[in-house]
Amino acid sequence: MNGGEVKEVEAPAEPLEWRFSQVFGERTAGEEVQEVDIISAIEFDKTGDHLATGDRGGRVVLFERTDKRDHGGYRRDLEMMDHPVRTHPEFRYKTEFQSHEPEFDYLKSLEIEEKINKIRWCQTANNALFLLSTNDKTIKFWKIQEKKVKKICDMNIDPSKATGNGNPACSIVKPYVTNGGCADRSYGYLSKDFSFPAGSFAALHFPTVVHSNETSLSARCRRIYAHAHDYHINSISNNSDGETFISADDLRINLWNLEISNQSFNIVDVKPTNMEDLTEVITSAEFHPTHCNMLAYSSSKGSIRLIDLRQSALCDSHAKLFEGMEAPNSKSFFTEIIASISDIKFGKDGRYILSRDYMNLKLWDINMDSGPVATFQVHEYLRPKLCDLYENDSIFDKFECCLSGDGTRVATGSYSNLFRVFGCTAGSTEATTLEASKNPMRRQAPAPSRPRSLSTFARVGRRGPESPAVDANGNAFDLSTKLLHLAWHPTENSLACAAANSLYMYFA
Amino acid sequence: MAMIDEPLYPIAVLIDELKNEDIQLRLNSIRRLSTIARALGEERTRKELIPFLSENNDDDDEVLLAMAEELGVFIPYVGGVEHANVLLPPLETLCTVEETCVRDKAVESLCRIGAQMREPDLVESFIPLVKRLAAGEWFTARVSSCGLFHIAYPSAPETLKTELRAIYSQLCQDDMPMVRRSAASNLGKFAATVEAAHLKADIMSIFEDLTQDDQDSVRLLAVEGCAALGKLLEPQDCVAHILPVIVNFSQDKSWRVRYMVANQLYELCEAVGPEPTRSDLVPAYVRLLRDNEAEVRIAAAGKVTKFCRILNPELAIQHILPCVKELSSDSSQHVRSALASVIMGMAPVLGKDATIDQLLPIFLSLLKDEFPDVRLNIISKLDQVNQVIGIDLLSQSLLPAIVELAEDRHWRVRLAIIEYIPLLASQLGVGFFDDKLGALCMQWLKDKVYSIRDAAANNVKRLAEEFGPDWAMQHIIPQVLDMINNPHYLYRMTILHAISLLAPVMGPEITCSKLLPVVINAAKDRVPNIKFNVAKVLQSLTPIVDQSVVDKTIRPCLVELSEDPDVDVRFFASQALQASDQIMMSS
Repeated sequence: MNGGEVKEVEAPAEPLEWRFSQVFGERTAGEEVQEVDIISAIEFDKTGDHLATGDRGGRVVLFERTDKRDHGGYRRDLEMMDHPVRTHPEFRYKTEFQSHEPEFDYLKSLEIEEKINKIRWCQTANNALFLLSTNDKTIKFWKIQEKKVKKICDMNIDPSKATGNGNPACSIVKPYVTNGGCADRSYGYLSKDFSFPAGSFAALHFPTVVHSNETSLSARCRRIYAHAHDYHINSISNNSDGETFISADDLRINLWNLEISNQSFNIVDVKPTNMEDLTEVITSAEFHPTHCNMLAYSSSKGSIRLIDLRQSALCDSHAKLFEGMEAPNSKSFFTEIIASISDIKFGKDGRYILSRDYMNLKLWDINMDSGPVATFQVHEYLRPKLCDLYENDSIFDKFECCLSGDGTRVATGSYSNLFRVFGCTAGSTEATTLEASKNPMRRQAPAPSRPRSLSTFARVGRRGPESPAVDANGNAFDLSTKLLHLAWHPTENSLACAAANSLYMYFA
Repeated sequence: MAMIDEPLYPIAVLIDELKNEDIQLRLNSIRRLSTIARALGEERTRKELIPFLSENNDDDDEVLLAMAEELGVFIPYVGGVEHANVLLPPLETLCTVEETCVRDKAVESLCRIGAQMREPDLVESFIPLVKRLAAGEWFTARVSSCGLFHIAYPSAPETLKTELRAIYSQLCQDDMPMVRRSAASNLGKFAATVEAAHLKADIMSIFEDLTQDDQDSVRLLAVEGCAALGKLLEPQDCVAHILPVIVNFSQDKSWRVRYMVANQLYELCEAVGPEPTRSDLVPAYVRLLRDNEAEVRIAAAGKVTKFCRILNPELAIQHILPCVKELSSDSSQHVRSALASVIMGMAPVLGKDATIDQLLPIFLSLLKDEFPDVRLNIISKLDQVNQVIGIDLLSQSLLPAIVELAEDRHWRVRLAIIEYIPLLASQLGVGFFDDKLGALCMQWLKDKVYSIRDAAANNVKRLAEEFGPDWAMQHIIPQVLDMINNPHYLYRMTILHAISLLAPVMGPEITCSKLLPVVINAAKDRVPNIKFNVAKVLQSLTPIVDQSVVDKTIRPCLVELSEDPDVDVRFFASQALQASDQIMMSS
């Protein structure tokens, strides 16, 4: 790809028609949501055949795709009734395990929550799944494997069989001696150099392992990467080299080798010598999907820094800086707070970075650091209410964002369990508001009235229709139901989003 | 149980426990596989035990690791090398597990077995195994295969050899970086088995691909390949093919690659030979010494002496010495520290004049470095220092540095310098030592940190050994014994400890006349800790002194202590009495 131009597509793609696919953990009317059940992380694996969610109770739940591999699952029968022709990713519950437990740091008198902050999938090997999960302090490497249930029988020493019922397999005859060794010698003490009679012990045999058709899934923690972060971990990200990953907290980013859990290297440190000089913290960090030496991290001041690990061991100086320019006249008390980036994601090819701040989604071309190539307004309608949002801390909510596998669309969450999908190809006017419920289009905003041109110079122009503070049904937006976490299927137009304890899946 | 004969019972248990739920028991059984095998005999081992183990591939890593290791030495138990091929299937499975250490061990064991196998068996079973692994569905198998080629290749017939080279070349272009890394790190071993003709054609092109890999981690491993390949090639080929790569690597964008070059530089120089080193690698090395990444400079600085030894003095003085001067005031303390630990080795290379003119100022500035590790590294190479600049010059600049380190506020620094004091003493001689360092040694006995006092007591002993009892009587013993009156019991305890160390060095006479009275006197201390330490010291003095002294002085004192109100004092006193009884009985 060349230069700073937006992907060229002949005609902008048609807006997607989103349909409900599945829901897991749906709330019945009036049901109270348990704090521990609230989903705090979602992640598809590279193939899109598996989905993992983490929750505040420290559990990781895995789902696996069913529509590709085995047909005739009961869920499929039930849910495909309406659309028998189209196929879309269908998932079923696979397993869950307790990844993190609440802990107490006695040295610092700090409680460490079990809440899963991030999940990242690792390279699969030998049909086992691997993932990293992290809470505020500790990263764990998990292996999830299907094991056939085994039964061991026919032991040498089995009291139930050795009761003299004449089972020949269990009786051991006296060893015969061919070369004059003494058979009567006591073998009670087994030393390395004691000699056996040359004859074989005919009666000794191996236990038989019977594999049943039943399988059981087991999750085993393979490694624990601990004690490397003084502050709360906000991100983990795998490197394309398949052997390293980073973990980022408020002030530092550490580099780990997956196989070495007792050592990590600090590669970014923004901690000032005097903590009173602190003006900016790291909010999110991610490795480039293909370039092993490149990583991006975002800050609370709304900037994204791209660093090149080749340059030096401690990457305090960035290779590139992406900063959004805020119109100078609109500066207010909240300017800096709402500029804080809550999440960044690289597109699949690594050319674009999507960032989410409190008000907007911004798409950046890593070849152009003068400003974002596109800005999508998500919360502009909240601007008059920033004061209230500050009072009740909602202004600090951290919304995640995601890109579609083909990089033509982006999505992010909002309040009232709404999420928004925007088209980011040139000329696309797609801007859809959906609700995480069984009827996602219920609250769809009216189609944009004016056509928007997206050329390179219009890149700072704001796009997208505003969602009204009061929706079509007259419901005011609800700050308590916020959709923070969502993920786009890597290969298909399918979205998974977390509304409190429920996981909703949509397709288009 | 009634049916199992008594002698077989332990074996039966071992076999059963191969499948026990307790991992410790399974591990134990795996560790005793040879015992089981000997009980079963060779044939049943081949026909039953090995197939049984082959199925056991989903066990815990610890068990698999132990199994991979045991199987590597299992040839005698299956009936010798002609049956070695039965061991391959279980190890092949272990080569595919996802835990790296298990795979590595399985590869190691396969290599060990393969090295003993007969040629037809290798062709029949080992080479197909390598090919299967190299074509494995999961990257784990392919990673393992890379480490087996050097065993498989030599005995392969010509057509198979061509195929194996082609497969290896494919592995070097695998999609997974893990596989390419494994191929890169095993390339040297494989290349060593390949015929010269193919080496130049096939292997070099593989190597060139690896040096241009877009994953830093792969290029990094290719650097190591440079040295290995260089040694296999003819000198002119090496200069033509390897040298440009090294020069390129030394300017790689990634500091980690440059770091590897700096670290491997000596081997690389050996590979290309002295002439090209002088003409091409000197500029490369100078660049590395001036690299903007401190880690690279650390690695390069640490090789400065080794590198200079390959060069002639003029080149070293002309090109390397200016860099060394710069490094001695480098902004990174770790760079200076690395330089300080090797710089003295340059002296013989440079010759006396250049050393005095150019090296000495650098050396002196490092000796005054603000960072203690730098100074320590210089002092630790004191023997070399002495040879080069002579004692007079040394003592002038050395002493302030030592005194400063001796009083450093980090106790680990003080500890480090104490450990060099005996060496210093032997180098500097008695005269110098008496004036300057004697007082320091006494001061450490009163340090706030236990480890320092402990080291100081040892130091006093080593000094006494170095300079002899007469010297010690004059310069150590009076000062040490003086401190027994220190008001703090912990310091008094240090003195007791020092006495117990000094006594064997000083001999029975001085021990009886000087040391023993002090100890006996300390038995009347008001602190129980001192008293039971007196008991311990008396116990250690017993074998040194005359039996009459023991009876007249030591035993009465111990008897008195054994009636002390404090339980610990009584315990150690009676222990010492028992010990002295035993000595009496044996003599």
